[in-house]
Amino acid sequence: MDAASATQSRPPLANRAGRWLSHRLRNIAPLLTLLFLILFFSIASPSFTSMGNVWNILQQVSVTAIIAVGLTFVILTAEIDLSVAAVANATGIVVAFFTLQDASVAIANLPLPGPIAILLALAACALLGLITAVGVTRIGIPSFIMTLAMMQIGAGVSALLVRGQIAYSVPPLITTLGSRSFLGVPWIVIVAALFLLVAHLVLTYTRFGRYVYMVGGNREAAENSGVNAGFVVGAALVISAVCSGVAGMLGVAYFGSAQQNEFDSYLLDAIAAVVVGGTSLFGGRGGIGNTILGLFVLGVLNNGLDHVNIDSFLKILIRGLILLAALVINVYAEKLRTGDRGAV
Amino acid sequence: MAVEPILELVGISKAFGGVQALRDVDLALAPGEIHGLVGENGAGKSTLMKIIAGVHPEFGGIMRVRGREVRFRASRDALAAGIGMVHQELSIAPDLSVAENVYLGAQPTNRFGMVDWGAMRRGARDLLSRLGLEIDVDAPAGLLPIGVQQLVELGRVLFSGAEAIILDEPTSALSPPETERLFEVLRRLKAEGRSIIFISHFLDDILRISDVVSVFRNGRKVVTERVSPAIDKGWLIERMIGAQAADLEESWMGSIQLATPRDAPVAFEAVGLTHAPAFRDVSFQVRAGEALGVYGYMGCGQIELSRALFGKIQPRRGAMRIGGQPARLSGAAAAKRAGMAFVPESRRAMLFAEEPIYRNISISILETISRIWVKPDRERAIAAGHIQTLGIRAPGPSTRLGALSGGNQQKVALARWLTRPPRVLVLCEPTRGMDVGAKEDVVRIVRSLKEQGIAVIVLSTEPETVLSMADRILVLRRGEVVREFADMAISKEDLLAAA
Repeated sequence: MDAASATQSRPPLANRAGRWLSHRLRNIAPLLTLLFLILFFSIASPSFTSMGNVWNILQQVSVTAIIAVGLTFVILTAEIDLSVAAVANATGIVVAFFTLQDASVAIANLPLPGPIAILLALAACALLGLITAVGVTRIGIPSFIMTLAMMQIGAGVSALLVRGQIAYSVPPLITTLGSRSFLGVPWIVIVAALFLLVAHLVLTYTRFGRYVYMVGGNREAAENSGVNAGFVVGAALVISAVCSGVAGMLGVAYFGSAQQNEFDSYLLDAIAAVVVGGTSLFGGRGGIGNTILGLFVLGVLNNGLDHVNIDSFLKILIRGLILLAALVINVYAEKLRTGDRGAV
Repeated sequence: MAVEPILELVGISKAFGGVQALRDVDLALAPGEIHGLVGENGAGKSTLMKIIAGVHPEFGGIMRVRGREVRFRASRDALAAGIGMVHQELSIAPDLSVAENVYLGAQPTNRFGMVDWGAMRRGARDLLSRLGLEIDVDAPAGLLPIGVQQLVELGRVLFSGAEAIILDEPTSALSPPETERLFEVLRRLKAEGRSIIFISHFLDDILRISDVVSVFRNGRKVVTERVSPAIDKGWLIERMIGAQAADLEESWMGSIQLATPRDAPVAFEAVGLTHAPAFRDVSFQVRAGEALGVYGYMGCGQIELSRALFGKIQPRRGAMRIGGQPARLSGAAAAKRAGMAFVPESRRAMLFAEEPIYRNISISILETISRIWVKPDRERAIAAGHIQTLGIRAPGPSTRLGALSGGNQQKVALARWLTRPPRVLVLCEPTRGMDVGAKEDVVRIVRSLKEQGIAVIVLSTEPETVLSMADRILVLRRGEVVREFADMAISKEDLLAAA
């Protein structure tokens, strides 16, 4: 097409601005939400804006962040992983199971050297992810149902290993990464930042990342291009499980204990972070940038609500409403994208 | 015209963004008239019909139904005013019975508010028999042949009281006998005084059934003319493309000479491929640089066969050889590794509307240009080359694919396999729904692929497509190869007769 006709087919300015806005709604909406929340809590509570509280927020979202990294891969391929919190819980318990516990802890465990315990824990979460991947891509179970089953399996592994007890010790490396600081910066924040950075690089600049987006955007077209879509989805599920596993180990160190059901709230938090951030539930759109936005929205919200002295039971409802609003915007953004243009 | 038109459009215009889809279109539909609409893709026919059917509420100009000015906000409004549309993509609920489909959303109820099944069955049976259709109204609609499903949907539109009915590409999926039956029904409706707008790429069909024909080009209506022996295909094509049809006279309009290249090695061989009930005992060879056509009516099994050739379904029996080597195609990725390439019949199943052109092209060769890191500059350069050589009309390689016209999208789908040519290219309906110019381009691309030594397998329900591309033709009927045409002169009539 020559320059003249290209100019001719350009919509008027106002119209273009509208389109630009509507296409970036999924990025703009969480950003505005975040700015609004920061502004609101800064005014409502003087203690909110202290430097110490900023580190607080970063630390509080770190475990969620590592889980959300893996979940971003899965949601980008237009699948879902409901087992993340259960896998995190199970992995945290596995690493504690293979660590020497205090004599007061009545768990028939199997103490091993720290590095081996960590490797076994990583192997455990990778195995759970692999089982999910096989169920979804080979057997053809919808990921929603398959990961629901895996959620129960993860909870079962956790329950069997601790049998209602609480373990406190984890390998020294995990203790350091989960609960110590490096030059004043909590290690867990550094690890979360690294996970986010590496995931961003993988998704944006690697071939695998491209496949993730293409499979999520149109799975059949990806397959018809000779892309092994099953492998891509399976890999995303394994990545998700391993991220959850790492988050689980560090989380156990962060909380200072390993027990059943201690990660339960992280399923909703991780999904909320990804979706509030603007990654499309229909796959193929969004990314780590969006997830970071979502994490901050959730982190600021949870932390800020503590600062303004609000009924802690009301907090639960408010979080639910925020998630609902994000879902509405997410679906609406998708409609705006596809509504005003011809399909293939 | 003496009679008041049932539908009248005056100065209709419509723009999408900055693109003017319709400019100042006038159209009148008389009672009991069959009005044919022709035009290349993007000429504005579909947009106009969507305005009439209430899909696009915003437009410029005036629309009158029986003299009263109307403006439909939804397709419901159009239906209430007596205008119904049967879309190309049927909206039959396959698991519901025929009767339920006819009465979809308007089931008759008895005095207890329960669905009156008896009334529904009787009503559906009466209605369909008026269409000349004697079928079991309790059967699931999805099990019926596509042509019958279409009539059921037509029945639903009629049942809702439509006086004017828009049919979008109704014959593209039909076999000649099915088309004949549809025309029978249309003539009957016409005799009842109902009006029909008939949109089709099949000019023969248009000329056979229409009383009046209107030609669209670039968003304008070029001409409306009463159909007479003076109006023929050439006349229509001339006005559709605004050039002398004689220059574009394609060789298949007469007969073409098939010739098998004998010295080239066999690139692909299928032996007794069977995947009942879709296809049975299909065997053939394709040589390097040869194009094998597989022709048959909709539902003859060629869609499934094309899937098997790209590893998307595993035939229950039979074997394939690629370059003489036995090949087990366990999936699409395996098929690609073995040297197969595939362009399915639906662009939606092939392209990423939301992604830029270059990503649509590079997706199938990413592993050869990047081991780990993607190289967008390289991808854009490759895409820019294809845009140039294939004449893809797009501002640049970063243009969003969904912004292109259908024909240009199809070229992008082909370009995907040109960067690193495969050994065997399987094309399913490569020119479906494309305009004359774009079809020519695709034929040219396929020819150049053959010259590079690629074996091409073209599967189509359109005889023109097969004839314009193939060196040898297999005819598939109900999943079996019933005829092979090789090394002889063959015309469209021969092909139709064999299928």
